[in-house]
Amino acid sequence: MESTIVKAENYNSYFGDNHVVKDVNISINKNEVIAVMGPSGCGKTTFLRGINRMHELIPNATSKGKILLDGENVYDMNAIYVRSKIGMVFQRPNPFPNLSIYENVVAGYLLNGIKISKADKDVIVEKSLTSAALWKEVKDSLHKKGTFLSGGQQQRLCIARAIAMQPELILFDEPTSALDPISTSSVEALFHELKANYTLIIVTHNMQQAARVSDRTAFFYMGELVEFDDTKQMFTNPADQRTQNYITGRFS
Amino acid sequence: MTPLEIEINGLKKELISMWILVQSQLNKAKEAMIQFDKDLAREVLIKEKRVNSFELKIDRDCENIFALHCPVAIDLRFLLAALKINTNLERIGDIAASIAKYVVDSSVNFDQAAMESTSMIRMYEEAVNILIDTRTAFEKEDTVLARSIFKRDDVLDNINDAAPTTVADVIKADIDSLPEALYILSIIRKLERVGDQSKNIAEEIIFYVEAKILKHYESGREDLADEEQQ
Repeated sequence: MESTIVKAENYNSYFGDNHVVKDVNISINKNEVIAVMGPSGCGKTTFLRGINRMHELIPNATSKGKILLDGENVYDMNAIYVRSKIGMVFQRPNPFPNLSIYENVVAGYLLNGIKISKADKDVIVEKSLTSAALWKEVKDSLHKKGTFLSGGQQQRLCIARAIAMQPELILFDEPTSALDPISTSSVEALFHELKANYTLIIVTHNMQQAARVSDRTAFFYMGELVEFDDTKQMFTNPADQRTQNYITGRFS
Repeated sequence: MTPLEIEINGLKKELISMWILVQSQLNKAKEAMIQFDKDLAREVLIKEKRVNSFELKIDRDCENIFALHCPVAIDLRFLLAALKINTNLERIGDIAASIAKYVVDSSVNFDQAAMESTSMIRMYEEAVNILIDTRTAFEKEDTVLARSIFKRDDVLDNINDAAPTTVADVIKADIDSLPEALYILSIIRKLERVGDQSKNIAEEIIFYVEAKILKHYESGREDLADEEQQ
């Protein structure tokens, strides 16, 4: 049965007076892969960063409305707790350069001062790297620096780092835009596997990627959520003319 | 205009050129049949190669657009429709050629009265008009005109259904007319196929413009198709 994991209710984001996300209402189910697309400056990344309260880290940034995680408003929770429940992977792979692959995976625990035994760490590292489809490639070099890995491997390491905290939801902000096609393909394959245990929200400029990996797609334009529908429907017969113009490249 | 729009416009023009050629083939086969003009019939047979070339070219262009432009939404529907319309037009071209071949093969000219009494001429004219209207509907993206094709195809079906009786009457009246009566029956059967192909094309136009799938539904029962697609 489908169950809602994240719900935005009249969610708005501002940078000073600039209203960048306008009254968004959206409901996302558990184990869904959601693609968020739209032209540059449409508010999609701001919306994504609003979900795990990253938006509020920017000076002058404010938000209004609710983001409910399992029915509870994330803005009423501790921000650190929110970010442990909602992992995030960024455009450029950003493993900690001074930490080993092993330490990178458990960085969430180390940096938050959460004490766990060596045995537990070992289990978490193997499980997270396996889930991120990286274990086989790095199991013999766990104590090398994460930055020695290729771009695609580094991005999967960042995904493993996010998974290690056992989040309910993982946000991806253009996760493959800095990767070559082979690495992109391995990360996309990973999305399909992660779906079994996590809910994924992926902001992407690559429309074919949105079409390939997501169950449902949200189209943002000028801060508004214009359309949110089944991905197949969206790419064959979008309901809104603005969506059609965007995906067919006829946007002026 | 985006590169994809340029490609699609080019493809549309190519399809229209093919349409005009197929229409001309069908008309010439009709003239050859009525006038018993074997030279004109041979011209139709020769030009059939051009129809086939169009088909191959359009297939290849569609393949290239799919591979290079990854079309979506209305562009994707246009290409899917273009592929099917291309096949349907090529088959209508085949029908024109096979009617022309009857003229080339027949040793006697077709009796005017027999062609009239079986309504074959009327059927032929309607089949050509339907084909012309599908082209207009395609060019203007006119789905009202495309829908009108379904009803008009019924006219062809009725003449086809009556053909065993009307052709039998021709044979009964003059047993010597048996060979040409059989040609007439065959031509009626082929014209019925032109109606079907045109109906398929009309369905593709509606699919491309409105994203509605009407095939496998009887004309007039679009409500059923709507229900199922919701």
